[in-house]
Amino acid sequence: MTAPTAQSLSLPEIILSLSAVALLLVGAWQKRGSMGLNLGAMAALVVAAIVAATGPLGRAFDGGLVVDAGSVFAKVIIYLASAAAIPLCDQWLKARGVGRFEYPILIILAALGMGMMASAGDLIALYISIELQSLALYVMAASRTDDGKSAEAGLKYFVLGALSSGILLYGASLIYGFAGSTHFDAIAASMTHGAGPGALFGLVFLICGIGFKVSAAPFHMWTPDVYEGAPTPVVGFFAGAPKLAAMVLLARVLLQAFGGAIDQWRQILVAMALISVAIGAFAGLAQKDLKRLWAYSSIAGIGYALIGLAAGGVEGVQSMLMFMVLYVVDVTGFFACLTALNREGKSMQTLDDFAGLARERPAMAVALTVFALSALGMPPFSGLWAKFYVFKAALGAGLGPVVVAALLGSVVAAFYYLRLIKAMWFDAAPGPTDAPSPAAAGVAYAAAVFAFAGVWLALIFFDPWARVAATALAIR
Amino acid sequence: MTGILSLTTFAPLIGVAVILVLRMLAKGEDARTVSNVKWVALITTLATLALSILVVARFDPHQTGFQFVEDAPWFAGLRYHMGVDGISVLFVLLTAFLLPLCIVASWKSIETRVVEYMIAFLVLESLVIGVFCALDLLVFYLFFEGQLIPMFLIIGIWGGKRRVYAAFKFFLYTLLGSVLMLAAILAMIGIAHTSSIPALMTYKFSNTVQVWLWLAFFASFAVKMPMWPVHTWLPDAHVEAPTAGSVILAGILLKMGGYGFMRFSLPMFPHASVQFTPLIFGLSVIAIVYTSLVAYRQTDMKKLIAYSSVAHMGFVTMGIFSGTLQGEQGALFQMLSHGIISAALFLCVGVVYDRMHTREIAFYGGVVKLMPLYAAVFMLFTMGNVGLPGTSGFVGEILTLTGTYGVATWPAIIGATGMILSAVYALSLYRRIVFGVVTNPALNGITDMDRREILIFAPLIVGALLLGLHPGLVFDLTSASAAHLTDAYHAATGR
Repeated sequence: MTAPTAQSLSLPEIILSLSAVALLLVGAWQKRGSMGLNLGAMAALVVAAIVAATGPLGRAFDGGLVVDAGSVFAKVIIYLASAAAIPLCDQWLKARGVGRFEYPILIILAALGMGMMASAGDLIALYISIELQSLALYVMAASRTDDGKSAEAGLKYFVLGALSSGILLYGASLIYGFAGSTHFDAIAASMTHGAGPGALFGLVFLICGIGFKVSAAPFHMWTPDVYEGAPTPVVGFFAGAPKLAAMVLLARVLLQAFGGAIDQWRQILVAMALISVAIGAFAGLAQKDLKRLWAYSSIAGIGYALIGLAAGGVEGVQSMLMFMVLYVVDVTGFFACLTALNREGKSMQTLDDFAGLARERPAMAVALTVFALSALGMPPFSGLWAKFYVFKAALGAGLGPVVVAALLGSVVAAFYYLRLIKAMWFDAAPGPTDAPSPAAAGVAYAAAVFAFAGVWLALIFFDPWARVAATALAIR
Repeated sequence: MTGILSLTTFAPLIGVAVILVLRMLAKGEDARTVSNVKWVALITTLATLALSILVVARFDPHQTGFQFVEDAPWFAGLRYHMGVDGISVLFVLLTAFLLPLCIVASWKSIETRVVEYMIAFLVLESLVIGVFCALDLLVFYLFFEGQLIPMFLIIGIWGGKRRVYAAFKFFLYTLLGSVLMLAAILAMIGIAHTSSIPALMTYKFSNTVQVWLWLAFFASFAVKMPMWPVHTWLPDAHVEAPTAGSVILAGILLKMGGYGFMRFSLPMFPHASVQFTPLIFGLSVIAIVYTSLVAYRQTDMKKLIAYSSVAHMGFVTMGIFSGTLQGEQGALFQMLSHGIISAALFLCVGVVYDRMHTREIAFYGGVVKLMPLYAAVFMLFTMGNVGLPGTSGFVGEILTLTGTYGVATWPAIIGATGMILSAVYALSLYRRIVFGVVTNPALNGITDMDRREILIFAPLIVGALLLGLHPGLVFDLTSASAAHLTDAYHAATGR
């Protein structure tokens, strides 16, 4: 049996690149967005997901592109989550008169970058893929040209993102200098006798850089502002899939290239995780804007995922993957709700806007309640299972006190989730809301059904799959 | 008979599905839909009651193990594992017994958002029955924690003036306890490599581990019970909750704490239980004496009964941790009896509250002249609350005290004063409301209980008297399992 060719290994990427170019041509020809363009972009993403799921495994481009069970797992989720973002963006932006045909194409390009992040096997691929997805997201964040806050969000995201890229590059160059190679395998081989201080220094910078991308505290400052300003459906997109991609990338770097230095990086991860959980819980208490609130909620969420990763080993990586998948569904569904709900053509953003929603739009209120309770980790919703995996792995790795601290953080956070539920169910409505757009409502309901009922069956299937993926990521 | 436990647990959810369909077809909450929804809810709860009676009837009281076991693999090593033994089977019946009464009690007093209300109660019933049937740690946690959500909504939507405060307090207190239990559950799965409750009951954790696990479970069950000093959420929750909410809270939800102690703390962490017995006795005695005194000073009827619940639960915790057969039997009996009596007392408050919309004790007085029937019913349950021989309240208290006396003299003696103190607050409540002359002219129009209310109280009266006069009905079912529990406990601790 011959080794699979580079073309067959990178087929999902090739499909996405070519469709991006083709759709760009079509869009330029039509000069405006169309249903056909959107459907084409979604089809490209779904096809790429299928190809990725069924394609061969192996390495290509001198080890720069690694296709293993871990990257396949991440790619399927990323492509599907990106496909779900397209109908959300389209309707919301059109309703505000800023609809453009470039959105689906930017989403494809971001998805391409994210898929490559999951497959990166050396530091160069790591950097290029991160930049590809980031650049696409910067543009999307700033895309409401009629809104100062959107521009602010885009600029903030760009400046801080560029800063983090700089830090990341500096770390990468240090690692290269001390390990003598950019390949993860070679880096690992150079550390058979333990990581030297120089390489560790580089690793810290690398972790900081990726910490920016996943908005882990103390590198989270951009998150609330960007979430508040950027268009709602875009936030739903970049709060979900890109973080999964970055976490998979982080797992690969830490466990494959720096697997020997687990005792060193575990401390950093645990510290970041605990700070994230604490900031997510306490700072969230002061928020009135729901998008800012969910920014803090996602900071806390990343904290939990980092605890899973800090546990290390197959168990730890599996728990991180399960957490991120369930989190992506939740956060996509939540922002789909926000996208769907409007009052007199304006977005509903503050907690007061949601008062009395249970009388006005019971189905939407139930969906939002499901997402809030899921983020809080209440049974029987999917968030509980996400935490179940993470804490089980962490306890197995002897991180008992960390688990207790994180659980106490979730009790503090419970207050703001309950406040949203209180507003929707206990209070009286200030006025009628507009009819939800069918596409956004559809995504929201689908995610809610998954978070509530689907997860029971899905876990039977996801559990072994994530296990295989984690084995590929954790064991070199 | 396999599958009957799942059927009993999830039968209320079938009713929820029917209600949702009705609601969608109706496109609005018109009077007919609301009435249909109420009937569906009532029929569902009655069907669940029938199923649970069937479970009890088919239950073999001589077996010590779990019966009607269902066991299927799930994921990540977890199993869908259900079963009941002599300790849990009667709680299933108690739950199914109280729920139809709650539905009937809410028939007229709930006027807004009836559809959601009925759904919340049916979901709650399903989750509570699940708690008592679950034999897998995670399945247990799902049911145990899940019931916070419907209860939060019941208090928050249909509650009184300070409902939001009470709902948040209830939720956050309980959550804080439960997350520690979750950590302990995960640790147990990690150490023992199984999540099966029967397997864990025979697993021997090392003594240090036992202490930590015991404390984590204690955090959850003590809040639920509630034990002094973490009881402060209960009076708020009771006062603000609608009548049926209080009934469920006092009648069933509190019992999950005692059930948890018997199912987890005692059999799984025997060494830690012995070590912490003085703590439990101390807290129980404080609960009995202190909250009884607090109850005496209350001006709100519901608050008074809420504090009396805390005091009565003090007997339960004392009985459980005495480790004697009498103590266990007494604790079980006390929980069942309190489930009936406190439920009835909250319903008694509901009767006058529905008419006058106040729970201030000072508002009433001389009700006996206007509502003779009500006065008689209220008298019976007041006596039950005091623990008068002949009512079910007596049996449980005397047994827990005898059981405790054998192992710890002073706690039992001080605890016994609780029986006197309960007479003080319960009788003074009764006197202030029922006796005397009618001084408040607003009371003059008050009517006696109608047929619907008589229908609610009839089964409760029968229950309280039947258990009081013939306690063997309960002991026949529980004795084998309770003896098994104490034998294992003594064998493990060498006492």
